[in-house]
Amino acid sequence: MKSRLLAAALALGLAAPASAQDAILNVSYDIARELFAEINPAFAAKWKADTGRDVTVDQSHGGSSAQARAILEGLPADVVTFNQVTDIDVLAEGGLVDPNWREAFPNGASPYYSLPAFLVRADNPKGIRDWDDLVREDVKVVFPNPKTSGNARYTYLAAYAFALDKNGGDQAAAQDFVKQLFANVPVFDQGGRAATVTFAEKEIGDVLITFEAETGGIAAQYADKNFVRVTPSLSLYAEFPVAVVSENAAKRGTEEVSKAYLDFLYSPEGQRILATRFNRVHDEAVKAEFADSFPELKLVTVEEVFGGWDKVKSEHFAEGAILDQVFVNQ
Amino acid sequence: MSAHADPAPAALAPRESRLVPRLLIGLALLLTAVFVVVPMAYIFHRAFAAGYAVFLTNITEPNTLHAIWLTVLTAVIVLPVNIAFGVAAAWAIARFTFPGRKALLVLIEIPFSISPIIAGICYLLLYGRNGLIGPYLLANDIQILFALPGIVMVTMFVTAPFVVREVLPLMQAQGSEQEQAALTLGASGWQIFRRVTLPNIRWALLYGAVLCGARAVGEFGGVSVVAGKIRGQTNTLPLQIELLFQDLNVTGAFAAASTLTLIALVVLVLKTLMESRR
Repeated sequence: MKSRLLAAALALGLAAPASAQDAILNVSYDIARELFAEINPAFAAKWKADTGRDVTVDQSHGGSSAQARAILEGLPADVVTFNQVTDIDVLAEGGLVDPNWREAFPNGASPYYSLPAFLVRADNPKGIRDWDDLVREDVKVVFPNPKTSGNARYTYLAAYAFALDKNGGDQAAAQDFVKQLFANVPVFDQGGRAATVTFAEKEIGDVLITFEAETGGIAAQYADKNFVRVTPSLSLYAEFPVAVVSENAAKRGTEEVSKAYLDFLYSPEGQRILATRFNRVHDEAVKAEFADSFPELKLVTVEEVFGGWDKVKSEHFAEGAILDQVFVNQ
Repeated sequence: MSAHADPAPAALAPRESRLVPRLLIGLALLLTAVFVVVPMAYIFHRAFAAGYAVFLTNITEPNTLHAIWLTVLTAVIVLPVNIAFGVAAAWAIARFTFPGRKALLVLIEIPFSISPIIAGICYLLLYGRNGLIGPYLLANDIQILFALPGIVMVTMFVTAPFVVREVLPLMQAQGSEQEQAALTLGASGWQIFRRVTLPNIRWALLYGAVLCGARAVGEFGGVSVVAGKIRGQTNTLPLQIELLFQDLNVTGAFAAASTLTLIALVVLVLKTLMESRR
């Protein structure tokens, strides 16, 4: 222990610039900790094989809007891996990220994606298959507060998109639908992890709605409870965008390794790690390999249904907009 | 303390006066047990629930170990600075009259009443990339925020008043006769300080330093704003505890929490020992 302390002291105080050592900082969203703990060593091995250089990837995790704020104030991130497009847009507006960041990497700079999906109790006693079942009177639904949680806003938009699709684009019908959905929620937690605790540990509700990437992880973590993952017939495409923070990377001379790191997320090896963590990926071979984990469904995007995030913000989430009209927090 | 020591009420109502103190003592003990002893005992219980070996693995996890080291390093830097500052400020206020003397005292005490998160945000707005001197620092490649200097500075701000607040009342009460006597005997300024002033204030000084150290080690709110939460680099022990807890690593969180509690308990014992010497 003494020698470790000494090593830590040396590492912190007298960090001499090592010969062939790269270091980058990946600033990321809150629930990606386990994911990048697995990605980083795999990337380091690949970087070593390709260039002969060692690389350490440091991680900082927090709410992605708060993380964007810290970067604006000088947190020296080389790359960001977020769960909200708007949070990278903020960095682009601040001049830290290339304004055309969405073209810098494939698939709109989103190496993987997910969607709001369901997790129900063992053997699915209420027979929950699709969004329709969630507005039944005998079903209690758990998801976090859409006023505070990005995760819940996706749930709200997905339900809204489902109702629009079913009712031939009738806005009033869709608003009635989400109103009924909210009425079936016994408690609105602040964030995704808290809603998980409500459903899994406090055993409240018949169905938990959260990202599919989470439902798989929760089912595995509470294996003894035999939760069942349910994929609805339609859901919303949720992007996980990435970008090089070019201003910082240029200054620190880490552009090459930063780009390689994000490219790695698109490589078959990176995509396989992402898929084992229940994220949907684009690589065809990996997709085929994990087809059983990811049932097919109709996926719609915010652009198609709502005309983009700016419109969603003004029409749905602004003060007094549609969400405020249909959402009554008991 | 107890009412029956006072003859008058004892004569009036001897039965009640015995009941009331007992009730109060019982209440105090109960509340202390419920709010302090039980939660603290539980921290240690949870930390060691899976055995000593598991505790040790959790504590020696590199990121947690680094957090312990960073916390201690921060305290080690902050303490001497605040001791020097505290003694100098107390000396100036107690021994000299100058315009703005009262104002200085108020200024020094500001960190007592201001929430640490405000200190954190102030530093962010001052040294941040869009802040007042941030762009200059950026141009010269000086990293203050999201690195050790920022953590140390915020901790210094939060702990600034502790030494002054302990030393100043003592210096004022003792007056300056002894120092004046030393001066007339031809002692130099440094001799006066080392031979006369310091021995007189040493227990108050140590006591203030211990309080300052305890606060520095436990600081959370302000540091969380300027640390950037880079694990294994800028996470102090309190931040690491929060992080482990949110990672659903409960054993790790309790192991780290028990270590922090242990540091606090050692400080408490030191403080109690010093109180008896004062």
